[in-house]
Amino acid sequence: MRNLFALLAGALFGAGLFISGMTDTTKVQGWLDVFGAWDPTLAFVMGGAIIPMFFAWRLTERRKPVLGGDFPTPPEPKIGKNLIVGSVMFGIGWGMAGLCPGPSMASLSYGGIGGWVFFAAMVAGMILAVPVKKRVFATA
Amino acid sequence: MIEQDWIYGFVGGLLIGLGGAVYLLVNGRIMGASGILGGLIDGSGMRTFWERVSFIAGVVLMPVLLYPMFENVDTHATSNLLVLVIAGLFVGVGTRLANGCTSGHGVCGISRLSLRGISATVFYIMAGGLTIALLRHAWGLI
Repeated sequence: MRNLFALLAGALFGAGLFISGMTDTTKVQGWLDVFGAWDPTLAFVMGGAIIPMFFAWRLTERRKPVLGGDFPTPPEPKIGKNLIVGSVMFGIGWGMAGLCPGPSMASLSYGGIGGWVFFAAMVAGMILAVPVKKRVFATA
Repeated sequence: MIEQDWIYGFVGGLLIGLGGAVYLLVNGRIMGASGILGGLIDGSGMRTFWERVSFIAGVVLMPVLLYPMFENVDTHATSNLLVLVIAGLFVGVGTRLANGCTSGHGVCGISRLSLRGISATVFYIMAGGLTIALLRHAWGLI
């Protein structure tokens, strides 16, 4: 049952990424290109996505997930080194290629060899992140 | 004037948010693409292996079904493999250090009014904007 709804959530997410144009790197890089031909599409996508999620968070109050367990507790509102350095690094890669993890997966079927190269490098980065987190950010 | 791309963007955004709402309300989990994938890659999420694999299967396969219904679908990604490798490495390390990407910190974090999610989003958008400004306009590399 959990897997079935995970598949459904993933399908909605994948459909949304595909239809919204977020798997098109020119749209993503266009959003970041404030000094060039700026493309506001990403703001509409973000706005559209935040609406159902906002109501979903409201529905989590005083309730339990339908399939049992507990809702994720809010993390400590701490802005650590990890969050800042990680987000800046992510932003650099995102700007360079115009791809982030969701769209990278959603476009694997039609993004050609380049899409798979990016995906493989991203997976390698995720493996590399384990020792980086342990050694460089041991305190955070 | 509202452009057609913005309408597709908004409708697609609603679907993304709906997916996040299902994953949260039914499964009790935050829909973050980097976290769901990363937990499989570094082994930290093996306890929920099939839930993660099912989610990713949905993300990867849904566009396969939709592809024939749309015209001129293309990622328009650079053909420069070096750029793709460096970018991928940065995205992989960065999202795992920060514990989230555009879906987890962006969509799920902002809608929760989470200070961490909003801060992360500000940082990665500023870094991305600066990267484009430098690589495209200052140095003409991409």
